[in-house]
Amino acid sequence: MDLPTIVKRTALYFAVAVVVVIAVFPFYYAIITSFKTGTQLFEVNYFPTSFNLENYQSVLGGRHFIRNIGNSIFISFVTVVAALFLAITASYALARVKFKGRGLLLMTILGISMFPQIAVLAGLFELVRFLGIYNTPWAMILSYTIFTLPFTVWVLTTFMRGLPIEIEEAAIVDGATPWIIITKVFMPLMWPALVTTGLLAFIGAWNEFLFALTFTVSETTRTVPVAIALISGMSQHETPWGAIMAASVIVTVPLVLLVFVFQRKIVSGLTAGGVKG
Amino acid sequence: MANIQFKKLSKTYDNVKVIKSVDLEIRSGEFMVFVGPSGCGKSTLLRLISGLEEITSGDMYIDEQRVNNVIPSKRGISMVFQSYALYPHMNVYDNMAFGLKLAKSSKEEIEQAVLNAAKMLQLDELLDRLPKQLSGGQRQRVAIGRAIVRKPKVFLFDEPLSNLDAALRVQTRLEIAKLHHDMKNVTMVYVTHDQVEAMTLADRICVLRDGRIEQVGTPAELYESPASLFVAGFIGSPQMNFINGDIAAQYQCHTLGARPEHIEVVAEEDALWSGTVIHTEDLGSDNHLFVEIGAKQPVVVRCNGKLNTDIGTRVHLAPMASQLHFFDENELPIRQS
Amino acid sequence: MLASSELSLQQQRARSAFWFLAPMLIMLFCVAAWPLLRSIYFSFTDTSLTDLYGGQWVGFDNYLSYRELSSGRILWRGTLADPAWWNAVWNTVRFAFVSVSIEAILGVLVALLLNAEFKGRSIVRAAILIPWAIPTIVSAKMWAWMLNDQFGIINDLFLTLGLIDHKVAWTANIDTAMISVLVVDIWKTTPFMALLCLAGLQMVPKDIYEAAKVDGVHPIKVFFKITLPLIRPTLMVAIIFRMLDALRIFDLVYVLTPNSKATKTMSVISRENLIEFDKFAYGSAQSSLLFAIIAIFVALYIWLGKLDLNGEKN
Repeated sequence: MDLPTIVKRTALYFAVAVVVVIAVFPFYYAIITSFKTGTQLFEVNYFPTSFNLENYQSVLGGRHFIRNIGNSIFISFVTVVAALFLAITASYALARVKFKGRGLLLMTILGISMFPQIAVLAGLFELVRFLGIYNTPWAMILSYTIFTLPFTVWVLTTFMRGLPIEIEEAAIVDGATPWIIITKVFMPLMWPALVTTGLLAFIGAWNEFLFALTFTVSETTRTVPVAIALISGMSQHETPWGAIMAASVIVTVPLVLLVFVFQRKIVSGLTAGGVKG
Repeated sequence: MANIQFKKLSKTYDNVKVIKSVDLEIRSGEFMVFVGPSGCGKSTLLRLISGLEEITSGDMYIDEQRVNNVIPSKRGISMVFQSYALYPHMNVYDNMAFGLKLAKSSKEEIEQAVLNAAKMLQLDELLDRLPKQLSGGQRQRVAIGRAIVRKPKVFLFDEPLSNLDAALRVQTRLEIAKLHHDMKNVTMVYVTHDQVEAMTLADRICVLRDGRIEQVGTPAELYESPASLFVAGFIGSPQMNFINGDIAAQYQCHTLGARPEHIEVVAEEDALWSGTVIHTEDLGSDNHLFVEIGAKQPVVVRCNGKLNTDIGTRVHLAPMASQLHFFDENELPIRQS
Repeated sequence: MLASSELSLQQQRARSAFWFLAPMLIMLFCVAAWPLLRSIYFSFTDTSLTDLYGGQWVGFDNYLSYRELSSGRILWRGTLADPAWWNAVWNTVRFAFVSVSIEAILGVLVALLLNAEFKGRSIVRAAILIPWAIPTIVSAKMWAWMLNDQFGIINDLFLTLGLIDHKVAWTANIDTAMISVLVVDIWKTTPFMALLCLAGLQMVPKDIYEAAKVDGVHPIKVFFKITLPLIRPTLMVAIIFRMLDALRIFDLVYVLTPNSKATKTMSVISRENLIEFDKFAYGSAQSSLLFAIIAIFVALYIWLGKLDLNGEKN
């Protein structure tokens, strides 16, 4: 390697290092903080200084945090399954059957996925009250459909358009009805897409805040983001930062693991939803 | 046994007529090849038979039954696709059995049919492989097997050889010919753009151009008495020489057609045309000479065996009088009485 | 009605398509269309949170109305005459514009970096996904802690580096609250932008760059003349996506800078009125206005993106 190349390589690795540090540092700092207690919290340290699990014990032991995690898992899971179930058949129709107004319908669905959630909050509040599901997980499951369903329909439609038409035609000649085509021919080919969209929808539901904040009142029905946002001490100056960071780490670690495992799938799902249009 | 009839069949896509009022009868047990340049409507016509495309106007009958609105699986047809279109997640056995399973055949029946077809196509050893574990030729055989298993009355092929390499193409062509021989009762309709495939496989060929039928006939009929300039040019390789102008005028026609194999190199005194060789192609068995005789295009002459003619040599040519073709201004043949 | 055996293939498929779409459409109607219509309806009434069905039609009063006082002075009322609303509009637009611009620039730069060849590229790619995957609430809390006025690491770092001479209450201070929100949002969403741009970059055929290299074109010129035009469609879509997202921002502001006039956005003020201040109808009017603004952007997106909605181009 000649000198300019070495300089270039060094600059490249330096830039990469800066980007990675900025991306990862807040999470890293949260982890460090979560292991500190008492007055240790008030000393600024760039590297780990203590390893104390007290914060984790207090978060998991006290209040309703485990219950909140359970709520989040249940809500996200049911939301995703329901969205995928409704989206698979719908996206087949949108991707593979020609009918009048198909373009308009897709446009509407795309529009709904960009809805400001606040615009439906009043109406949804009324609906949730009317159905008697206020302050229950079902309020969130119902309301999260507004962003998970259009998203899954959109991505799965994009994916299904990419499946070879001749395979479907072969199935038609073999006597398969549209339902059989979906369940017996396309479904087995769609697992990668289902995993990707399911994962993204899951993360979306897991992270949602506005509806969860509005449709829950008691500590036992809250989801994790609401619980974390509302953790508070005795007064403004006694914010239990150690506990907040511990709770943050607990809910973030699974997501970070998912990101590392499914990195490629997530990226492909994001781009399918965003770029291909 | 099934014959297929088209009566004033038309197909329109987005206001573009791709099939223009076609009348045709495909006889029972016949091997019919649709041939023509790309965009001529041959694939569309096949898809209309299969039912994958809807007929815009006109009628289609299979065995005297009007099938315009009959769904593909109820037409007694099977289809082999260009891309094979095997189900990627099913093994060879399940690929072939899928249609029968949907038709609710009994387990024994299915097994019997699949094993028979597998044996016929030498797929016995491959039954539990997935398509991705097969070679191109094997995939093509599975696709054919899947079609056979359904015991169709009509067998449809949509350019089945175009994804294979040259050697495999000849071999598979042979297998399809054998299939036709073994399944005498089954009507076969085959689409290709390759006139060699058409000539070698067909009982009858239907030449299409711009959504219309140019000519229907046996390979020999098409070769010997093409119904138009287009057919004359399409069938035969190398292509028929077309000569206009003064030379054609001597024969009282607008265009004179002479196949390369029907022109001989002769001694100067027997010659009708003379010219210089501007290019040669030595194919081993044949030699093709490109001779400039004063027409718009050089005339191609096909000579048997080695000839060792250098470029620039002056040669003398004589067409075989009985094998000439004459066409008028409308590109239609002039029958010489 | 024809028996199903007499239906042609296309008719059968159209019929199945209808049944396949129906559940999704009913669901979307229930959770999107109906609540939206109800919200808009509420905005024309005086409905209150505690008495959802007792509202009276009041026309445009929640939006704008005026009353002439006996003194002859005209008194304007309603959202459109409310300085707090216009403050929120200004905050939202400012936030959306600044954050999306910076994210777009940083996103392209990070994408270019990730498109280069170096060891551990896939791990780095996963690492920059972390900010995207962390729940917004959690990242707001993490940054709130880092930006803490007394014990925050940012103040410590900046003091050490000499960038500031006294500790700053980043999130509480009127002058810096918006900057805090911007920093966290940019940190969190630049990865999304970068990954979309990266996908766009990877669709650019490599031989174009090789040709430019052979021709001896300067790298910066290559970027502006070749790379940027080629990823522009992707980038435009990403920008508009982000723009729509930024215009409806709620959670980050709500948690990072609670009750700060300097950052309160349209979503925050709408919800405040709807739920917390029991001005249900007034909040509905504000949320409906936000919807109208976003609807305009969506129309713009569809028009700009010239979407291939029927999938017929390929």
